[in-house]
Amino acid sequence: MNAWTRIWTVAKRELAAYFDSPVAYVFIVIYLLLTGFFTFTFGAFFDRGEASLGAFFMWMPWLFLFLVPAVGMRLWSEERRSGTMELLLTFPITTWQAIVGKFLASWIFLGIALALTFPVWLTVNVLGDPDNGVIVAGYVGCLLLAGAYLAISSATSAMTRNQVVSFILSVVICLALVLVGFPPVTDLVARWAPPWFVEGVAAFSVLTHFDGFQKGVLDSRDVVFFASLIGFALFVTGVVLRGQRAG
Amino acid sequence: MIKVEHLTRTFGPKTAVDDVSFEVARGEVLGFLGPNGAGKSTTMRMITGYIPPSAGRVAVCGFDVAAQPIEARRRVGYLPESAPSYHDMSVAAFLGFAAEMRGLTGAAKKRAVAKAVETCFLESVLHQSIDTLSKGFRHRTCLAQALIHDPEVLILDEPTDGLDPNQKHEVRSLIKRMGTDKAIVFSTHILEEVEAACTRAIIIDRGRIVANGTPAELKSRSERAGAVRLTLRGPQAEAARDALAKLPGVAGVEVVADEGGAVAVRALPDKARLETAFAAQLAQAIMSRWNWTIEELHTEEGRLDDVFRAITRPDTAREPAAPAPERIAA
Repeated sequence: MNAWTRIWTVAKRELAAYFDSPVAYVFIVIYLLLTGFFTFTFGAFFDRGEASLGAFFMWMPWLFLFLVPAVGMRLWSEERRSGTMELLLTFPITTWQAIVGKFLASWIFLGIALALTFPVWLTVNVLGDPDNGVIVAGYVGCLLLAGAYLAISSATSAMTRNQVVSFILSVVICLALVLVGFPPVTDLVARWAPPWFVEGVAAFSVLTHFDGFQKGVLDSRDVVFFASLIGFALFVTGVVLRGQRAG
Repeated sequence: MIKVEHLTRTFGPKTAVDDVSFEVARGEVLGFLGPNGAGKSTTMRMITGYIPPSAGRVAVCGFDVAAQPIEARRRVGYLPESAPSYHDMSVAAFLGFAAEMRGLTGAAKKRAVAKAVETCFLESVLHQSIDTLSKGFRHRTCLAQALIHDPEVLILDEPTDGLDPNQKHEVRSLIKRMGTDKAIVFSTHILEEVEAACTRAIIIDRGRIVANGTPAELKSRSERAGAVRLTLRGPQAEAARDALAKLPGVAGVEVVADEGGAVAVRALPDKARLETAFAAQLAQAIMSRWNWTIEELHTEEGRLDDVFRAITRPDTAREPAAPAPERIAA
């Protein structure tokens, strides 16, 4: 049995667990309602008079900020609370395979939720003639953004058996990653800090790197940023899980 | 099959397991006894590789648990202490998952699940969600998970905890049956279980092994081993006690009960001069000297209970427990 088979076995179970419980359906319904609400009301989708999903994508960093930690908060804290972690980690798999498997399952689930926003895409295509390349880039960006938030949630949920604590911790960390690149905040900092500092800090923001995707630019630097953020957060998850057992 | 060498585990300043070494061969069922917090679960977690030891090593079927964890774990079935399982899954789905994690797919997976279900009597709840099951069924579901790949080594942490007497009996006979071609370690607080299912027992106290032997060997360490219990009709309790204590070969006598004109006493042999026929000798002496009726007479085997209490300390006391009962020495 190779590593990917094991990872996929873990992921399959995890994914089935989402759909066996009401979590998946509640999440998807709320996610779709909120995206609809933000896109059409706050985003002024129709008043823009342009055939793009700009109004849709611009809300994603903020929506995901609360919804992704809600999906990720149970990843490890639930395993710790119910004691199944002892079972999972004494199966013939490495800790890494378990971490990646569980992360992938939640990521796939978020991907499914994201894919279910296709009516918005249909709408712009019916009403106008959008650049679908930009839209694909936007969706890729959303997926990477969700992955980054999720990996952070994975790390915080490994730290505690309490899901609420895990949720709050990951929201705070993700919020910090958003705010360091949020124009109102960067403008404030720019008043007293030198520009290199402001730009340096903003380079760590998910907002800065998500921006390119929204504009339809698939920059390898942005992809590398999200990939390394995911990799780092999963690495932290591993360190935390190992640390707990080593005592 | 299981080789534990100088295993030590500390949690901060507390030493949970202190220099524990033992081996378990194929065909052996090792009972792991000890008071709560003695280090039983910690030792088992180190054997299964869930937590790393602070010092020492564990090898399972020749594979070092720290250096080759995957190879070692493939050969181990593990029932953790609280018998955890994924409560949102059905029994069938959960066992299917466990089988897949063990690398079983297709027909092999189906066969493995069917066999585990049969062994653990889970047919009736197969498609029920685990969170709707009673504690006994949940426990057996987790036990089935441990057996699913027919492992060479089984580590069972309190396999009969929370089961009713019938289920306990089933699990015990299951362990005994499987023990003929596997190496099994199981922990328990229930001493009869050790006598019923184990070929060997280890008593662990405060992280250290304090006794290691067959149940019979351990029982013979009891002070009551070889004692004779008598129920006499005729004498008063004190008179019987004093008279018996003066007989040759008797080290001590204690009154067990004094009800309805019958006196029950326990006579302890003088172990230095112990003769095999202590009971017969005693009976003869009584009949030749006094006009008492012997209603009951048997030799006691000694109780694991006494041994356990004599060599382990309760977590509430600092000094050894179990003060000797009142007795008159010969």
